[in-house]
Amino acid sequence: MKLVAIGCSWGGLAALTTVLGGLPEELDAAVVVAQHRATDESLLGSLLQRETALPVHEAVDKQALEPGAVYLAPPDYHLLVERGWIALSTEAPVQFARPSLDVLFETAADAYGADCAAVVMTGASDDGAAGFAEIAGRGGVAIVQDPAEAERSEMPAAALAAVPAATVLPLSAIPQALVEVCGTRSRV
Amino acid sequence: MADPELEELEIELLLEAVHRRYGFDFRGYAPASLKRRLQRRLRAEKLASVSALQDRVLHDPPTMERLLLDLSVNVTAMFRDPSFYAALRAKVVPLLRTYPFTRIWIAGCSTGEEVYSLAILLVEEGIYERTRIYATDINEVVLEQAKAGVFPLDKMQEYTENYARAGGDRSFSEYYLAGYEGALFARSLLDNVVFAQHNLVSDRAFNEFNLILCRNVMIYFDRALQNRVHELFYESLETFGVLGLGHKEAMSFTPHEQSYDELDAGERLYKKVR
Repeated sequence: MKLVAIGCSWGGLAALTTVLGGLPEELDAAVVVAQHRATDESLLGSLLQRETALPVHEAVDKQALEPGAVYLAPPDYHLLVERGWIALSTEAPVQFARPSLDVLFETAADAYGADCAAVVMTGASDDGAAGFAEIAGRGGVAIVQDPAEAERSEMPAAALAAVPAATVLPLSAIPQALVEVCGTRSRV
Repeated sequence: MADPELEELEIELLLEAVHRRYGFDFRGYAPASLKRRLQRRLRAEKLASVSALQDRVLHDPPTMERLLLDLSVNVTAMFRDPSFYAALRAKVVPLLRTYPFTRIWIAGCSTGEEVYSLAILLVEEGIYERTRIYATDINEVVLEQAKAGVFPLDKMQEYTENYARAGGDRSFSEYYLAGYEGALFARSLLDNVVFAQHNLVSDRAFNEFNLILCRNVMIYFDRALQNRVHELFYESLETFGVLGLGHKEAMSFTPHEQSYDELDAGERLYKKVR
């Protein structure tokens, strides 16, 4: 099983709808998402669940990562990836963000190395760029949403500046790219 | 970039050294967060490797004190998760009222935000007088901070909002004095609080409680250590005592899952029934 780590902020709901909505249930990867969100927001999971065939979980501490499932970083927690499971933390916000994309990506790089694919999408900060570079540095796959089509271009542009060799794609092409990277499991 | 496998080995050796030399056991902590905290300490000490940190920690106790702060401090806020405190008022306080005297344990109290929040809630509910709160942490430095009761002024707006959303109907500023150093909380809130050093990893049960709060503390532990601490809490709760966990901490798959009823599943409040 591989790991897909997706980060986004401003405009992320629409972007996540397109990308998660385009993924097949058989995807041979666990999908972990850090989207900047308000501390008391709790609707993201149910909104996304309507749009995707994959089960969407608001992540719980020590939850096991399963292929073909989506795990959202809960509001007001960092989501850290361990090999095979999730750990949450209430450590201080990183660059004002909790969840932080950098924390997700850096721990994903550590735990999954070259078995990790990272996607940075629309957002109005440079959170995620450092962690994105770490994933690329460990041989992981680096994909950015084309900043030209992103609702806010700052975040994908910062990620692209950190990893100039990253693959630049429109949202509509990202699901297929992830399927090619991760493969699919045969139906049981 | 450091070789990840080598660094893993270095971390293992450091934790072993810290345990043997100072008695603090971080070997059951979840690796990812632990590693981030160690890297922060490396940068602050301007050291190039975890092995270099081990050398300094073993020969220089003040470095160990700084490392202990990094590894053990949990960031929290007063009335963090207001809905949790609202549930305490609505569902736990009525249970506590049925006892002539109640003992509460706040395990991993860090700098005391939760202690003051709970004390305020119990005062307002009129049962503080017959309550004793045991507030424990592994780290004596944070316990001193908790006792001092001074919190940053710039947090007061957030805490005031949390307090109101948690069902508080007074003016939150009644509880503190704004001064140069920060907001100094009323000393009377500590009348029935006992602060003590206690290590969840290695220390035993020390009393029987009607309520134990341990929120967002065990998330830094791996599953095996979490299970051991659940064992400790089970032993420390009276029958019909209540355990309160963080919003994203599950009771499922813990050793005493079957021993508790859900008092409020969403708020992670569990009542020991057997």
